Amino acid sequence: MGNKVFASAAQAIEDIPDGATVMVGGFGLCGIPENLIRALVKRGVRNLHTLANDMAVPGAGLSLLLECGSISEHTASYVGGNPLLADLMFSGKLKVNLMPQGNFAESIRAAGAGIPAFFTPAGVGTSVSEGRELRRFGERAYMLQEALSADFALVKAWRGDTKGNLVYRKTARNFNPMMATAAKITIAEVEELVEPGQLDGDHIVTPGIYVKRILQGGLYERRVDKLRFRQA
Amino acid sequence: MMTTEQKRERIAQRAALELRDGFYVNLGIGIPTMVAGYVPTGMDVTLQAEIGMLGVGPYPLPGEEDADLTNAGKETVTELPGVCYFSSADSFAMIRARRIDLSILGAMEVDEEGNLANWMVPGRMVTGMGGAMDLVASAQRLIVAMEHTTRDGAPKILPRCTLPLTGSRVVDTIITELAVIRVTPQGLLLTETAPGVTPEQVQARTGARLLIQGLLIEG
Repeated sequence: MGNKVFASAAQAIEDIPDGATVMVGGFGLCGIPENLIRALVKRGVRNLHTLANDMAVPGAGLSLLLECGSISEHTASYVGGNPLLADLMFSGKLKVNLMPQGNFAESIRAAGAGIPAFFTPAGVGTSVSEGRELRRFGERAYMLQEALSADFALVKAWRGDTKGNLVYRKTARNFNPMMATAAKITIAEVEELVEPGQLDGDHIVTPGIYVKRILQGGLYERRVDKLRFRQA
Repeated sequence: MMTTEQKRERIAQRAALELRDGFYVNLGIGIPTMVAGYVPTGMDVTLQAEIGMLGVGPYPLPGEEDADLTNAGKETVTELPGVCYFSSADSFAMIRARRIDLSILGAMEVDEEGNLANWMVPGRMVTGMGGAMDLVASAQRLIVAMEHTTRDGAPKILPRCTLPLTGSRVVDTIITELAVIRVTPQGLLLTETAPGVTPEQVQARTGARLLIQGLLIEG
């Protein structure tokens, strides 16, 4: 078995080239691979096609990569909350592909499961289904949706072992497990990296076979999008 | 005149009457989220958040917040006993397989056919559809909970939606601060008006013609 463990995020992303297709886990700022994103910003790669649920908010998460000019195309389900993205879109500097969140999630899962396309009801009868193959199964209409894969996936887990097995925490799981299965090279950052045997095999969510590189993140800001409280 | 906040509370309170014991429910952002505050005591309702969670609790107390625990509106929330977490793919698998008994969403426009628009205004607003298209396509029952008109008083309930659709023929019931309206094959059926509101007043603020027990409202 080759060694999957990298000492730093910078080393783990060293070979991501200009023009690469890169999936990035997280939902808003929840469960994002923040160390890998910062390392990629520092490298100054160009013309990335990123795939992520959203584009975070200005000054944080994936938006940092947008702000430094590394992204030329973005596939997502939601881009509200980031006015910068709208500006870049309207000025033609950024191509944005929007798709329903469930179709997006399933497209990534499908790629990781060796399924090239599937039929889905979401988006039928809307602009999303224009130009797509439609088919009726039973009483309902469905549209064909192709799988989505990538050259690299940057994912964040709570704990991982040196074999690449990953365990997530609460809603920080979100898109990370599917993305981990859908790229040629999956790079996982974890808050705590442990030796084989220290994670309960029954609790592993992402089997290590999908993870090519793993590192323990150096710094977790753990920012929150919208702090909401109830009265005591 | 009710304030906007009073209107929103009234809509949420009325929408909560549609909850049933044992339901799995998905609540959208805004007014629908407020429905969680009106679940009757003792009723077992499990809230789903499409980020990947069943068993969403109330907002945390200060100091209790957790960056790894947010809802689909990206707000801090808490978990209830019996909570479970799963990936976004699993989350939309249960949605697509129609396991969600009731989905409550907001809308910019709804029309006579039960079409719904709530995700974009061409040339003005780009947010993306998020999970709305998936939810409306596959909920067992879809309720739109929204203010009856826009801030400027323009109707949001129309003969045909003018904005790009989120879903086609998907809405079951519309709940506003003025009325409860059901989408039927014959058209929009006014089934309830708020206290002190007449059917004629509801019709005056509605772009589409309303039916009462199959009859058009005069005026």
